[in-house]
Amino acid sequence: MGGRGFTPRLDFTSTRPIYLQIVDEVRRAIARGELRPGDRLPSQRDLAVQARVNPNTVQRAYREMELLNMTETVRGEGTFVAQNPVLIRSLRAEMAQEALQQFLQEMRALGFDGSEIRALVDQALTGDGGGGASRG
Amino acid sequence: MDERRPLATEPEADGRGAPADGEGRPVLEVRDLVKRYPGAEALNGVSLTLPRGTVLGLLGPNGSGKSTLLKSIAGLVHPDEGEVRVEGLPVGTATKARVAYLPEVDPYYRWMRVAQVLEWTATFYDDWEPDRAEELLQFMNLRRDQKVGGLSKGQRARLRLVVTLARNAPLLLLDEPLSGIDLASRARIIRGLIGQFRGGEQSLIISTHEVAEVEGFLERVVFLERGRIRLEGEAEALRVKHGSLQALFEEVFA
Repeated sequence: MGGRGFTPRLDFTSTRPIYLQIVDEVRRAIARGELRPGDRLPSQRDLAVQARVNPNTVQRAYREMELLNMTETVRGEGTFVAQNPVLIRSLRAEMAQEALQQFLQEMRALGFDGSEIRALVDQALTGDGGGGASRG
Repeated sequence: MDERRPLATEPEADGRGAPADGEGRPVLEVRDLVKRYPGAEALNGVSLTLPRGTVLGLLGPNGSGKSTLLKSIAGLVHPDEGEVRVEGLPVGTATKARVAYLPEVDPYYRWMRVAQVLEWTATFYDDWEPDRAEELLQFMNLRRDQKVGGLSKGQRARLRLVVTLARNAPLLLLDEPLSGIDLASRARIIRGLIGQFRGGEQSLIISTHEVAEVEGFLERVVFLERGRIRLEGEAEALRVKHGSLQALFEEVFA
């Protein structure tokens, strides 16, 4: 998939600022390989129209991504996902950590301890995660 | 919960009658506006300042005074007290050329065709841009040969937006552009608006009670209640604090 069709999914009921949500969505797309190095992002105006947000908000998001070295802007050509091999690796690692922390938090809130969580994960990974596991 | 900031509406001692092209000057200054109708007060001392290039949401329930405020700025209603200045000029013939106003109700004759509506409107305004009108017409899925009388409510709303946005006016006023319109037309109207709005040089006030639809587009908001400003602030700051403007709207007007 090229970057031009990229449309961020934004949550207007979240307290996270919209420009940061746009940055998050691009990060996620890069980490998943939906956006590849060199892919062109939509123009700021097109993204604003698609996502129904203020063009100034998109401009702020694009500036932020530039500062984070996620993108490179070529004058008159557009904004591209940076050709930066470290970027994808670090974004993937970052997002893996986020997913992991979220998972652990949820499991602990449900009352599982470390060894139980490890056992459940092992079970699920070996594929025999059928309903045998019970608490305590 | 009062987010109102001090308003910078006091004109400098020597600022009266300043030339209209002052770059730093707010595009709109409203001061202590009062409008009484028989048996009711539509506006009860409203003051606000709009910096150039801003998208302002005028939010409030029906009857809160949104339409009266917009009409006062457009010069269609004469306030009983207070003052409105557009680009430094008191409301009058000169400001009407600088304000593009989208009324809540259709001003067109039913027998007119879309093309005639455009030609007719173009004769009134020097800032009419035919190419832009054409582009908007296509985006809004309207044809020049359609008759106004045969258009659906959503199509007529889209036509009003075409007519308003085809003008290169410094100040756009949209009165309830989404009210009572089907979802598909609403999405198209918002997208058309975002696509054509010339940030920086152009400023916009959009009145609505469909807050969720414009959540991402507004930069500042003013909540109006019974003719007074109940709350005013930066849209993003309010969103971060309250979750969404929609949630805040429900909280304020519960």
